[in-house]
Amino acid sequence: MTFNIYDFTSFNQWIDKGLNSIMSPTWALITEWVIIGVVFLLFYAVVGLFLVYAERKVCAFMQNRVGPNRVGPYGIFQTIADFIKLLMKELVYIKDSDKLLFNIAPFIVIIASFMALSAVPFAKGLHAIDFDIGILYVVAVSSLGVVGILLAGWSSNNKYSLIGAIRSGAQIVSYELSVGLSLLTIIVLAGTMQFSEIVEMQRNGWFIFKGHIPAVIAFVIFLIASTAETNRGPFDLAEAESELTAGFHTEYSGIKFAFFFLAEYMNMFLVASIAATVFWGGWMPFHISGWEGFNHIMDYIPPFVWYIGKTGFIIWLMMLFKWTFPRLRIDQLLTLEWKYLLPINLVNILVMAFLVLMHWHF
Amino acid sequence: MDNETLKARILSIVPDAQTEENKQYLTLVVPAAELHNLAEKLKNTQELSFDFLFCLSGVDYGKQLAVVYHLNSTTHKHAVVLKVKTDDRVNPAFDTVCDIWRTADFHERETYDMFGIRFNNHPDLRRIFLDEEWKGYPLRKDYVDEVNIVEF
Amino acid sequence: MKEIINLPVSKIEEEEYHINMGPQHPSTHGVLRLVVSLQGEMVKSLKPHCGYIHRGIEKMCEKDTYPQLIHLTDRIDYLSAHINNHAVCLLVEKALEIEVPERVKYIRTIMDELARIQSHQLWWSSFGMDLGGLTCFFYGLRDREMILDIWEETTGSRFLQSYNCPGGVMQDLHPNFQKRVHAFIKTFKKKIKDYDRILSGNVIFEQRSQGVGMLSKEDAISYGVTGPSGRGSGWSCDIRKNEPYSMYGQVQFNEVLRYGCDTYSRYMVRMQEMHESMNIIEQLIDNIPAGDYSAKMKAVIKLPAGEYYQKVESARGELGLYVVSDGNKTPYRMKFRTPSFSNLSVLDHISRGMKIADLVAIGASLDLVIPDIDR
Repeated sequence: MTFNIYDFTSFNQWIDKGLNSIMSPTWALITEWVIIGVVFLLFYAVVGLFLVYAERKVCAFMQNRVGPNRVGPYGIFQTIADFIKLLMKELVYIKDSDKLLFNIAPFIVIIASFMALSAVPFAKGLHAIDFDIGILYVVAVSSLGVVGILLAGWSSNNKYSLIGAIRSGAQIVSYELSVGLSLLTIIVLAGTMQFSEIVEMQRNGWFIFKGHIPAVIAFVIFLIASTAETNRGPFDLAEAESELTAGFHTEYSGIKFAFFFLAEYMNMFLVASIAATVFWGGWMPFHISGWEGFNHIMDYIPPFVWYIGKTGFIIWLMMLFKWTFPRLRIDQLLTLEWKYLLPINLVNILVMAFLVLMHWHF
Repeated sequence: MDNETLKARILSIVPDAQTEENKQYLTLVVPAAELHNLAEKLKNTQELSFDFLFCLSGVDYGKQLAVVYHLNSTTHKHAVVLKVKTDDRVNPAFDTVCDIWRTADFHERETYDMFGIRFNNHPDLRRIFLDEEWKGYPLRKDYVDEVNIVEF
Repeated sequence: MKEIINLPVSKIEEEEYHINMGPQHPSTHGVLRLVVSLQGEMVKSLKPHCGYIHRGIEKMCEKDTYPQLIHLTDRIDYLSAHINNHAVCLLVEKALEIEVPERVKYIRTIMDELARIQSHQLWWSSFGMDLGGLTCFFYGLRDREMILDIWEETTGSRFLQSYNCPGGVMQDLHPNFQKRVHAFIKTFKKKIKDYDRILSGNVIFEQRSQGVGMLSKEDAISYGVTGPSGRGSGWSCDIRKNEPYSMYGQVQFNEVLRYGCDTYSRYMVRMQEMHESMNIIEQLIDNIPAGDYSAKMKAVIKLPAGEYYQKVESARGELGLYVVSDGNKTPYRMKFRTPSFSNLSVLDHISRGMKIADLVAIGASLDLVIPDIDR
């Protein structure tokens, strides 16, 4: 077995050959699907657990507190304890709610983020699907999450949930545009939508350095828009409504609430990993063209570590936003998108296109 | 304006007003019927301009129920205290002044709640602190409540 | 829901619905119930329902002697507890024509200003929290702990101290008092710059508070909105300046006035007032004269028959005490003119036409303490 931590393609091929030699091709395919599904589910769960713990610790350090430190050394088992508690909670059934939609809603949100996560490369060869329209696929699929939120608000038969869900729906749909357009800026620079090729093209320098000014602007807009997409940070009017109630997931209890909660953190992970891949080089180490010795040292760090490090840094930034800024009102939120981010985005794309035509990028 | 001039001005508007002894403020007892008229003149006359009603309280003097108005002028910095009294303990009523000083709205509701004094033409006279179904007016001296008040 | 769907469109627009905020609610700072009548996102009118914490303090005061009822006044506005006690003591001393020693005046003024600062710190914490900047809560309360420690050392209690008594204070200052107050002022002057950096200069915060909840000066006077809320509309109503008591006539400080009439102005008035309070304390803390901490009082305090009124400037506005005495040792009638009661009455007027999210900001900027409303 050739398990090369720097290149997973040979490992994948080894598994594939092994399975094909044991069983028929159809069964091998189905087994591979099951393996990938299980791996992803595990990854989803572990990352979710870790992110919830990380958020509580980051929030605590910003607020001059310690955070969880009782359950396990440094409180690392806190989230597991929370999940066990949520599993054991009674599921409260609402009298006049639409039962089918009420039950489906959390799953739709999870499925949307799950599907999007499968297209993102974690290391060389370590991704589930490699579409040649990768970015388009991710943007399209992640916008399915808003359906889940609207269904949750509608089927709860509750005024406040409905208000929260509709606000959230308006917010997400508006910020989709900014997300898509800022990614479009990088597509203009890269010339391709395929994730693995985008990462390969950043071998001698990340896009945020190659594309200098328009890429930096695109990154800032992407960060703002994706924080709004995931209902986080200063844009959490829909859910952290200290004004009314808990927004669209008021009526959910127990494990269903846990699903919404988990889906929010996975969405955050998803947008952070897209930002890391598209702007910051994905699993590519930090190379400066011309400094061979430096590049060689950077290459020793495994790509997976680079990827997690970059994603982690962006997640940390998003957590800082949430705990620092007050909340925006719904009309200010939409004003920000339609009157400021969208025009800036459009102009930015033009500037990037101009840059590419004149070969003024690195 | 000093107290003597104030007294003279007010007596010229309401000749039936009587002075009461008070070391701090000029205190006048006004007949209930003249209250609204006097209040309006006190607010709107340029030299008087009592635009700040800083306290409206009900008092139960044993036989009489009264409402005490403490007025202040933010421009001239003089103050005056008006009182209206009534002997009617069953259905005491005075004119409201909340069209003149908007703060009287809540204060009159509180006086009604605690003393049972009604205010004519008040936009929304109902109890403010106690339940709608509460019987009796607690701050009156003859209020008896075996459940809630413990006598030593 | 079904009824609304079946209405013709023109009728749907007329439908307003009522939302209940409270009595248990994270943003109403206590047990206050607001029934808000909304049309879409806009507030059309609102009705406050008070009385959830009505304890009948005025009735209780009629049975308590003057030193006893000081303990009740603590609980009216628990954040300016010291200032409430001060009001009762001033009234009794003025009625009995007793002159308190200089030392007492210095101590009372310093404690008053500490109370004002800690009340504004708590206000700032909950203001930030209401708007969504949850970290503000922890920063404000962390600094407030220093004041509570100072109080605990001198008076024995962090909160609701009942430290004043007619004639003076209950016990003398702790020897560490001066040192601790100096340490607090030094630390807080640095920390308050952080407060400005987090909230006051933040674009999101400015957008959410500028132009929100406009209260004109005439309305403020007519509704009786005193204190920082009134000063944010340009009304000069500071009792410490207009009718000075204790040491306020002899210290140099500015009355903070802003003319913006909106939530942002009310916010900035309070932030600046914290600076002014520290200024006052600095002028007094090193010059506390030696002497008695209490004047000689009779064992039983009986006010001569008559009516008395005392005004003080609490952290929320003008606190007025109206006492009708018939010569006994308990007051015949005691009325508290509390600032939050009048400030609440203006909430309906200034939130019309605003959105629900603004309502929270406006309520927080008026700095209502519910026991102050209900007594």
